Order: sequence, then C-alpha cells, then structure tokens
Amino acid sequence: MRRALGWLAALGLVAGLGAAFAYAPREVVQGNVQRVMYLHVPAILTAYLAFALTLVASVAYLATRRAGWDRMAASAAELGVLFTGLTILSGSIWGRATWFKGQALSWTQGWWTWDARLTSTAVLFLVYVGYLLLRAMVEDREARGRFAAVVGIVGAANIPIVHFSVKWWRALHQPSTLLGPEPSPIAPPIRLALLVNVVAFVLLFAYFLVRRVEIARVEDEALD
Amino acid sequence: MTAYARRVSLVLWKDLLTERRSKESLNALLFFALLLLFLFQFALGPDRERLQAVLPGLLWLGFVLAGLLGFGRSFVAERDNDCWEGLRLVPGDKSAIYLGKLLGNVAVMGVVELAVLLLFGVFFNLDLWAPLLPLAAVLALGTVGVASVGTLFAAITATVRARELLFPVLLLPAQVPVLLAAVAATEVVLAGRPVGEAAHWLKLLAAADLVYVTVGLLTFEFVLDT
Amino acid sequence: MIAATQIRKRFGLHPALDAVSLAVEPGQCLALLGPNGAGKTTLLRVLATLLRPTAGALRLAGVDALRDPEAARARIGLVGHGSQVYEDLTALENLRFWTAMRGADASRPRLLAALAQVELDAVADERTRTLSAGMKRRLGLARLALAEPEILLLDEPYTGLDQRGRKWLAEFLSGRKAAGRALVVATHSFADALAIADRVGILAGGRLVLDRPSAELTADGLFRLYGELTGAEVEAA
Repeated sequence: MRRALGWLAALGLVAGLGAAFAYAPREVVQGNVQRVMYLHVPAILTAYLAFALTLVASVAYLATRRAGWDRMAASAAELGVLFTGLTILSGSIWGRATWFKGQALSWTQGWWTWDARLTSTAVLFLVYVGYLLLRAMVEDREARGRFAAVVGIVGAANIPIVHFSVKWWRALHQPSTLLGPEPSPIAPPIRLALLVNVVAFVLLFAYFLVRRVEIARVEDEALD
Repeated sequence: MTAYARRVSLVLWKDLLTERRSKESLNALLFFALLLLFLFQFALGPDRERLQAVLPGLLWLGFVLAGLLGFGRSFVAERDNDCWEGLRLVPGDKSAIYLGKLLGNVAVMGVVELAVLLLFGVFFNLDLWAPLLPLAAVLALGTVGVASVGTLFAAITATVRARELLFPVLLLPAQVPVLLAAVAATEVVLAGRPVGEAAHWLKLLAAADLVYVTVGLLTFEFVLDT
Repeated sequence: MIAATQIRKRFGLHPALDAVSLAVEPGQCLALLGPNGAGKTTLLRVLATLLRPTAGALRLAGVDALRDPEAARARIGLVGHGSQVYEDLTALENLRFWTAMRGADASRPRLLAALAQVELDAVADERTRTLSAGMKRRLGLARLALAEPEILLLDEPYTGLDQRGRKWLAEFLSGRKAAGRALVVATHSFADALAIADRVGILAGGRLVLDRPSAELTADGLFRLYGELTGAEVEAA
C-alpha cells in the first residue's frame, strides 16, 4: 500500500510538472515566472491540510491518549512547516519577480514585502516552528504529547484570527498592489493545471506522512 | 458561591496576596516598563513628531515585552515545595485554577499598563482624559488577549528546561493578531478619531479573547495533569 | 480501600517499579521500608494518582483510579517531601488555601485548632518562609488532618520531627486508623514502622520484596530480613 502511494505521488509530481510547464499557457502580464504559482498555491493548501490534521490528531490524542495520534500530530506538523517554508520561499521569489518588474535591485533587495498573505504565512511558520521546538525540548514522551497537543490546538485556532488581523493591517498601510502574485483563476487551463498540482502535492504529503509516522513508531518502539 | 467560583477566587486571592507581599513582579515590571520608555526615546531620537506617530506601537510593544516577563512567572511559586503537585491533587475542574491565574495576571498587567500609560502621557504630552473610556476598552481587550495565551503557555513551559527561551518563542507568534489589533485600535482612539473606526478591530479582539480563553479553559487540565 | 495490582512504572528506559501489588484495608496502615532509590516515593506518587503507571491496575476507595483520577483524588491526601507550602503566605493562609480548595470547612477556628494540634499556633501568622523544614512538615500534616481524606499517603513523615512531634504523629495515625482510614507510610525508621503499621513492606529495586503483617515480625527479625533482601548495610534503626 505504501509503495503504491509512493508511485502514485511520483506520478502525480510528473503530471504536475507537465501541467505546469507544458500544458498551462504562458501568462500574459507576468510571463513564465507566474508558473511559480503552481508550486506556491498547492504548497500553502497542503500546509493548511497538514495543520488541520495536526489539530484533529492533537484533540484525538488528548481524548484517547493513544501514542499513535501524537505521532500523527507531530509528523503532520513537521510536514506542514516544510510546506509552509516552500510557500514562503516561492512566494518571495514570485513577489520579487513581479512587483519590482523593471526596477533595478541589488541582490539583497526585493525578497520581502509585507504582503498580507506572505505575512500571515510567515506567522504560521513561526507558530509551528515553535511547536516543533517545544517537542524537541520535552523529553518525557507523555508530557510532550500533552503540551504539544495544546500548543497545536492554540496554533490552529489562531489561524483565522491571524488571517483577518494581518489582512486588515495590510489594508491600513498600503494601497492594494494590483500587480500582486494573484492567480488568474478564470482561464480553465490554468485552473486545471493548478488542480493537477494540488492533487500531486496532497499525494506527496500523504506519502511523506505515512513514512514519517512509521519512522516515529519505530523510534518509539525502540525506546520501549 | 459555587465550588468552582470559590476555587477561582482562592487562586486569585493567593496570587494577589503573594504579589502584594513580595512585590517582586510588580516592581520589576514597572521598572522594566520605565526603562523601555527611555530606551525607545533614545533609540528613536528626539524628534517628537516621529515618536508620536509610532506611540501606539511602542506602547503595546512595551506591554507585550512586560507580559513576557510577567506571565512567564505565573507558575513560579508553584515550583517550590510540591505546590504544583498540590494543585494537581485538588479535586474538581482544573480550569478554575487557570481562570484564577488569568485574572491575577490581568490585574497585575493592568496596574503596569496604567502606570506606563500615565508616564507616556506625561512624557509625550498625550490627552488621555478625552478618550478614556475607549482607551480602557482597548486596553482591557488587549490585555485579556495577551494574558490568556500567556497564562496557558506559562503553565506548559513551567516544567520544561530552558523555559526562559521557549516561552517567548511560543508566545510571541501567537500574540501577533492581538498586537496588530490593539495597536490599530489604540491609534484610532489616541488620535481622537471616532471609535466606530476601530469597531472592527475591537470586535476582532473580543472574538480572539473568547477563543483564547475558551481554549485555555478546555485544555488547562491536560497541561496540569498526567 | 487501596488495591494496587501489578503496577509497573518506567521512566524512559529506567524501570522504577516492577510488578508491585499491594492491598490496604480500611483501618489498616502499611509501612514501606526500603533504601533510597528503591521506589518508595514513586510508588506513593502512583498511589496518589500523580503518576500514571506504565502498566497495572489501581483501585482507590472503590474508584478505578486510572480511569477516573479526579474522583479518586477527592478521597486521597498526600504529604510528600515538599509540604505544599507557599512560602510567601502565612501558615494560616496556607491552610486556608488548601483546605478551601478541597471544599472542606476552612473557618478560622477550625484552622487554628489544626495548627494547635501540630504546635504551630504560635507561628500562625508568620510567613512560612521563616519556618524550619520540620515545621513545614508539620504544617503539611495539619493540612492532611484538615482534609480528612479516606486514604492517607505519607512520605517519610517522621523526618524533622522531635520526640513530641513523633508522639503526636503516632497518635494522629492511630486516630486515623481507628476512624477507618487506610494509610500508607514510607519511612526509614524500623521502630516507627513496627509501632504504627499493621503490615510492613520492603521495596528494593522497584520490587516489593516483603509484605507481611507486622504482628509476625520482631524488630531484630525485620532488621535481618531487610539486610538480606536489600543487600544494604543497616544499622539498628
């Protein structure tokens, strides 16, 4: 089953790459750099999926105290951080290429704007990196599971609050940038390519998750 | 008074009594806040207008930093003499302990904020009287926001080594929305603009407070207990 | 009243308790002897529901303590090494806090009476920071007395008590037994154990290597058994 999932994920990735580069059209305004969207958007969606899973697993752990749920929560959070990092990286690159088109920039400039989505994602990243740090610093397995679960629940509950506060904050200080890395959702080919990549990422996430949970289980059993 | 309310008030009474006796936290926090004030002034230069523009931000930055010190100490007294165990052994809903601690933290932070606000008013020539009520509302909502998660995370990190490092790392990202909302609302209020302009921020703060306190009440027993 | 079955407790890789089973009926007192590190404190903490055992079953006052620890906690009182003393509060305030938290009557006369019992009434309004370790212990015992739990767990309660204090403690424990409570007392003192206990247990390396009615044991016999079972060099207690 695991192997099948792995092959499926690999297949999905190939399909996704094909869709992103071969199938999807070249975007009129931004050019080829817009294809980063096929990485950026699936990455953040997968990250949200991962953190949702962390939330569910955290609650389940507190309710049942079964170690399997704790392993799931931790693994999902790790992958969530990974995909969030990818989102920020790709968003930063995309933003630099798009917003500063035509401007002369030194190599250190243009990598960050306090765009609402980028900022929210960065806060999300920090929250869950904190989650992982907490896990690293508590040795008692049982306490670690409990504490991490509570932090995971707070982190997840905060996501919508962060989203709104950053969005409104951004609106205060900056006229809306029309040339943001917004996907043009209307064109069907673009939408299809996006969908293919989202599916590919979710498959990849599922595969990584299954492997990671298994590694965690083996680790736990070795300590027993 | 119900048994639950009684436990809440007992915890609150104990913490406030301890604070009044030792005065450790309050004095240190007040002094810290005063130092921050001077640091801000020195770091940002003598240009008064520039300072006044960023005043709400500085104010809340000061509160958040003071909160890191103050909330981090929430459960320090419990670490001695098996008192933490004692709390665990108290029968009944443990969330009463969280609520009592939260109220105590809000009270102490409230005093610190009041003092800092008055000082800011003096040093930067602010009119605090006219917007008093809305200002109090913003302060109250914001303080509950930072204290609710702060108290919960203080309990979590109380028994972890390197608590002093982990506590800020966990708390600060979680406090971002409260910081943003409180600063924006304070800006509106201090500038004398109609409160309606800050209404959405206040609603967000209220909603956030509700969420945080609820999560705290529901999960505290898991933090305290095996 | 206390029924522990095959309790195991592991901290990481370290086995602290290994298949410990014991039973204490109402009106009985079990004394636990054993060298340092044998697991006496760990066992008491498991019995107090402070630690969750890695394996095994525990019933306290008819309640499944592993499934419903909260219900069990209402029936237990513990005096450990730290005496649950808040150093910035006075002796009286400490008692008020802990007694009222349990929902028991915390009226001033009752608290003062309890302090008088352990001869701490003179320091009722002193901050406990100024009290000696032995006095803090006595305060812990007063707290226990006020809580009136069905099960009393005491970890080396005789430590730091002078002759009068020990006499008081022995009387207090007898009184609790007569009232039908179940007691477990961890102690280093053979004499105290034999004086107050109905059963004597020896814990060594996490295992209960002896569990006998004290009526069957003499001081010398116990002394000898202890040396054999724990391999420890002992002096007459």
